[in-house]
Amino acid sequence: MAKSTAVKRARRTLVWLLVIFIALAGVNTAGAIWGGGTFTPKLALDLEGGTEIILAPKTGGAAVSDEQVSQAVAIIRQRVDASGVSEAQISTQGGQNIVVSIPGTPDDATLARIEASAKLDFRAVLVSTTADVPTTTPTPGLDATPTVAPTNASDLNYITPALEDQFLNIDCTSTAATDAGQAPADQPLVACGEDGAKYILGPVEVAGDTISNATSGVAQTSSGASTGQYVVNIFFNEQGTSEFASVTTRLSGLTGAQNQFAIVLDGKVISAPRTLAVITNGQPQISGNFDAASSKTLADQLKFGALPISFVVQSQNTISATLGSTQLISGLIAGLIGLILVVLYSIAQYRVLGAVTIASLVVAAAATYLVVDLLSWRAGYRLSLAGVAGLIVAIGITADSFIVYFERIRDELRDGRGLESSVQAGWKRAIRTIFASDLINLMAAVVLYIVAVGSVKGFALTLGLTTIIDIVVVMMFTHPVMTLLAELPYFRDGHKTSGLDPRQLGAVYRGRAQFKTPTAAVPRSKQESAGREAARRQTIAERRAAGASTLVIDPPAETETPTRSKGKDS
Amino acid sequence: MASFSDLGNDLYTGKRSFNIVGRRKLWYAIAGLLILVSVVGPFLRGGFVFGIEFSGGSQFSISQVSNASQQAGIDAVKSVDPAVVPLVSTLGQSGIRIQTDQLDDAESNQVRDALAAAYNVQPSDVTINFIGPTWGADITGQAIRGLLIFIVLAAVFMAIYFRTWKIAVSAMVALLHDLVITAGIYGITGFEITPAAVIGFLTILGYSLYDTVVVFDKIRENTVEWGDKATRTFGETVNLAVNQTLVRSINTSVVAMLPVASILVIGAFVLGAGTLRDISLALLIGIFVGTYSTIFIASPLYAQLRQNEPKVKKIDQRVLSQRANREKPAETRASAEQLKA
Repeated sequence: MAKSTAVKRARRTLVWLLVIFIALAGVNTAGAIWGGGTFTPKLALDLEGGTEIILAPKTGGAAVSDEQVSQAVAIIRQRVDASGVSEAQISTQGGQNIVVSIPGTPDDATLARIEASAKLDFRAVLVSTTADVPTTTPTPGLDATPTVAPTNASDLNYITPALEDQFLNIDCTSTAATDAGQAPADQPLVACGEDGAKYILGPVEVAGDTISNATSGVAQTSSGASTGQYVVNIFFNEQGTSEFASVTTRLSGLTGAQNQFAIVLDGKVISAPRTLAVITNGQPQISGNFDAASSKTLADQLKFGALPISFVVQSQNTISATLGSTQLISGLIAGLIGLILVVLYSIAQYRVLGAVTIASLVVAAAATYLVVDLLSWRAGYRLSLAGVAGLIVAIGITADSFIVYFERIRDELRDGRGLESSVQAGWKRAIRTIFASDLINLMAAVVLYIVAVGSVKGFALTLGLTTIIDIVVVMMFTHPVMTLLAELPYFRDGHKTSGLDPRQLGAVYRGRAQFKTPTAAVPRSKQESAGREAARRQTIAERRAAGASTLVIDPPAETETPTRSKGKDS
Repeated sequence: MASFSDLGNDLYTGKRSFNIVGRRKLWYAIAGLLILVSVVGPFLRGGFVFGIEFSGGSQFSISQVSNASQQAGIDAVKSVDPAVVPLVSTLGQSGIRIQTDQLDDAESNQVRDALAAAYNVQPSDVTINFIGPTWGADITGQAIRGLLIFIVLAAVFMAIYFRTWKIAVSAMVALLHDLVITAGIYGITGFEITPAAVIGFLTILGYSLYDTVVVFDKIRENTVEWGDKATRTFGETVNLAVNQTLVRSINTSVVAMLPVASILVIGAFVLGAGTLRDISLALLIGIFVGTYSTIFIASPLYAQLRQNEPKVKKIDQRVLSQRANREKPAETRASAEQLKA
């Protein structure tokens, strides 16, 4: 029988919900005990404080423009965001320093990601001390169209006696020397290689910000076989492609060290490959002493953007919260008072049915807490005061789904249906509305999460989270509970305090006896469309008025007769 | 609450009906006035006030203080200018950092002296620095890009789901109305626009469209079969749907506004200015205006956009002429209106 199927399904759904809850709680507990998680979500900068890192530009005397600094801020923000939704704050200080504030104590990986400034340039090699030179493998399919060479950056006249002296005296085994590799872009540079080799390099020919994407992986031969060697693939934008093509055009005609170009990362030569061919498609591949981790790190640094200037960490300090714990507690108390008011209002509006709203809100709140705790452990999500307020409000808005649902059930009751069929028919209409409207919220959440940065991203996560929880709770809790409650005589017979009393809902015109006999017992055809039903249901007043007068203008289907019990289905 | 549930019944059956769609010129006039006030008001008051997170500000740092109390710093700044909301945090073991809106030189010196006195150090031990915005142009740029993409997607979704672009247009007009008014309130009251307020703003944006979809889904249900056999005009059909969802609209907005209102009251009157006040003001106004605009702007506008379609016009004319022919008493709408009176 249809009725018992609905009840069985409702019971099964509730069991599944319980399973999900136990699983969530279990994962959280396991995380708290073994995985470094906690039972409470982590708090953001404003509530917990954190670490403040001040980065100072390392320019070799040149002035720093505002544009360079704000570009660097944007890039560092992307890198910080890549480590999770922690709502870090990044700003400038005194017009040139960058201040990064991270909640809690950042781990080494996060610190390294921020500090690695990844200022990457390509320079032609003038002189080198190494004989063991790695080679680039140009991507196949080259079109060797020569472009007009720029003023020759491989000209050995760049080497002044002073530069030669610096080159001879530099000690590439000390870390001080590797940090010294700074020079303006249009000047030659003495730099060290990671393997200890020394170089005199020409001016910058291709800047790192012309890289549009970078990937890492194991190199493959043209037949698709793996060579087992880790490489970084660089994809230049249009400007980088043409610049790189002209460099390789010139260098491939030279011999010895001058055939090499150097990839300089933060003043250090990470690779100085020979130029075997002219690369015109803007997709060179760097091979060197990479392993899986180091090739990925380099590719990430290149992809998240090379900073326009290099930075050095000037200071690192713990900072306290700007908002005292009183703010959080006040916020929570305010939320609690608000939710108590919601409870009172629900009871006033929906009587005992209000208890279903309250129970649903409690389930939604519990689910939100568990998921936020989980995200805080796994995805670095942190709650700011604004986030707490947002969650409280979002849970309040969740109540709309229940209200839409209850109002549809009442609409069905007003049409004289029995409770059990009202619940099922009302559900079908309500869920469609709930899906459509929640899809709008979900769309906002997904788009903002993908596109936006900083605290807007955090907001998007909160919005998406509460929307999904809303749908889960209304489908897996509210509706099954209503289905089961509809079986209870208290609700089925429309007790005055149940909130579902047909007499109070104005269904009186059908006569008492009729709503005591649930129409669920009557077999129903499934053909009737919701639309036709809607058109019919909106004319109750007309029908009443029509019944009072002799003038019936509608077709017979519109009159109230026992055929009305022909509902959609259960 | 018996009278309220009676109202719900009457609205549903059509026994009682508020003529919302018909009085659209009144609602448009009110909306026009509110928008005018929201645009002109902030300029009269002196423009929007942006928080330190947007505009940057002054930073005072003191190292080696014996008593790193945050409250002392707040009090010292307030003694110079009570309107400034300082962000005070301790730095390391014994450092203190106070951030304020950008102050002019005279005020900076006053604050420096006040802080020196509060923390028992020489004024020269207080370093003053300018700090840039934490909410940089990149966040704004990306957020606006995201919003534009979302709004286009939402409009396309609504046009497809409701099978008419006119609903999408109506919803967007209502959305614009909500955002202008919410922003206007900030400009008029002079509340600082902080990241928390912007987050509140974004929540409103989602809520406004969400609420519109809920009400329009009822309009869709009621109008999907509207056609040659209709006994009411298109406008009246839309009006009935709006009335039938009125109880839901009221209940939803009350339930959503209750927690916000209590956060606003506690945030503004107990704690003073800060995150909670910033976010809850935007939300409270936005939820109210968002619910209001769905009923009084989007729905009448939709009815108006449709009523000049040839098919709609034809049916409306037939309905009206039939009604006129039948003359008063049996006519159902007339009787309904009499009941109302």
